[in-house]
Amino acid sequence: MLSIIIITVITYFIASKGLSTFFKNGINLFDFLFGTQWKPEHDTTPLFGAFPFIFGSFSVTILAVLLSTPLSVGAAIFMAEISPKWGAKFLQPVIELLIGIPSVVYGFIGLSIIVPFIRNTFGGMGFSLASGMIVLAIMILPTITSVSYDALKSLPSGLKDASYALGATRWQTIYRVLIPTALPNILTGIVLGMARAFGEALAVQMVIGNVQRLPSSILDSVSTLTSILTLEMSNTIAGTTYNNALWSMALILLLMSFVFIMIIRILGKGSKLNER
Amino acid sequence: MVTCNNISLDQKDIAIETRDLNIYYGSKHAIKNLSMQIKKLDITAFIGPSGCGKSTYLRALNRMNDLIPITKTTGKILFDGININDKNVDLATIRQKIGMVWQKPNPFNKSIYENIVFALKYYGIRQKQILDEIVEDSLRKVALWDEVKDRLHKSALALSGGQQQRLCIARAIATKPEILLLDEPTSALDPISSGKIEELLFELKQDYTIIIVTHNMQQAGRISSYTAFFLLGDLIEYDETNVIFTNPVVDKTNDYIMGRFG
Ligand SMILES: Nc1ncnc2c1ncn2[C@@H]1O[C@H](COP(=O)(O)OP(=O)(O)O)[C@@H](O)[C@H]1O
Ligand SMILES: [Mg+2]
Repeated sequence: MLSIIIITVITYFIASKGLSTFFKNGINLFDFLFGTQWKPEHDTTPLFGAFPFIFGSFSVTILAVLLSTPLSVGAAIFMAEISPKWGAKFLQPVIELLIGIPSVVYGFIGLSIIVPFIRNTFGGMGFSLASGMIVLAIMILPTITSVSYDALKSLPSGLKDASYALGATRWQTIYRVLIPTALPNILTGIVLGMARAFGEALAVQMVIGNVQRLPSSILDSVSTLTSILTLEMSNTIAGTTYNNALWSMALILLLMSFVFIMIIRILGKGSKLNER
Repeated sequence: MVTCNNISLDQKDIAIETRDLNIYYGSKHAIKNLSMQIKKLDITAFIGPSGCGKSTYLRALNRMNDLIPITKTTGKILFDGININDKNVDLATIRQKIGMVWQKPNPFNKSIYENIVFALKYYGIRQKQILDEIVEDSLRKVALWDEVKDRLHKSALALSGGQQQRLCIARAIATKPEILLLDEPTSALDPISSGKIEELLFELKQDYTIIIVTHNMQQAGRISSYTAFFLLGDLIEYDETNVIFTNPVVDKTNDYIMGRFG
């Protein structure tokens, strides 16, 4: 009950500030969402095109998930099916520990290992979309692994027996029975990871370079909604168009988190139907 | 230990046979020197108190114990003229020829159709027409065709428990096995569904050798021709079912049949 009140208040607060950009300050919604020029402090013609940051947030998130998912699901399969002894005794505690590590630590690892690695291997600054992708992929790996592992572990053992007894090999059993059956829960893990990546500010900001334009390759430096918010919010004065435009970005983040929650709910319903 | 194995069959009547089979879980000796012959195209029942090794022995027959890393199996399992307790045999082939059904129905989270053709794809059968035929044939054999023919592509999980169990039997016979191993196939079902499965097994014995583990004495008496009584990893008594139920040689068998233990 309390949480509903808090969520409502937060939503109201962010929405009222975020929407006033368009209703009070007269910024065109379309220009905000798809404009590529972010010049909020220009004396004569300030521009509030947030597309580079929206694009940055989505691209770094999607790339991180694409990189992390095969690794995480592979790790979960290894832990649950290939080497259950190792999985339960050693890997599971490690994964749980990794989930609890604060994101600044991941950012620091990115800064001291990944950024130089990208710089030395591919040239350029190293502060890039690619670095952000790798840092986020590492950061969400334990989340996706852990949820997928639980999903595989909680399958009824009869399924596996049935598959083997029909002559299927271990891989056929994993690919044709275990993964499809655990899929709704594995997808939930992926969406949880995606939500965490999309909302992450600090670790991303430390490695992506925060250049405010559209990247032309993954080695380019970018900004995300979160990085712009944390970097610029304190420099602005409440009530100005600039400040409200930042709130509009916060509103996008909030709406996206609602979307993630909704997807997780829908997946949850799907997996309940499968329960026996 | 007093034991009595009165079943000695002609070679041509033997579906599967074990010789001096020993199964260990780590240091636990779960099946002890068990030698027995199973009659072809007939029903053999395994009875005995919980934990006496019926499931362990049954799982050995299609090498399902291989999935439990701590098991060790010694001795011979003779099937189609070869010892299948050998690391060189192809497990997929063995399991295709020796199917299995469990206590708890375990259909895959797929359509009824997909459940039945699941294994066939591994044996290289891909033509839709042949798959369709096998699906219909298997479902008819378990008397499920009329109930599900309009929803073959709907989830198998929507079926009732009894229907799911019949589907699992259909799935097992779709690979055209010679032997069906059934581990208490009706004990999770209501009496009506159990009755249907019993009738079904009676029909199926024309085409398949059936070995059924059961806790239900009446069931063993009704459907099987041979009964084996297990106790603590030993085969205590093995004979024709009517002998076991009316005139057992070993006192322990009698005690168990009369419900004095287990
Ligand atoms: N996976 C296992 N690991 C260790 N011991 C087992 C396992 N399965 C069965 N056993 C032991 O082997 C013995 C025989 O079990 P089981 O074959 O399941 O008996 P039944 O089917 O007659 O009830 C029991 O003592 C049981 O505790
Ligand atoms: Mg058992």
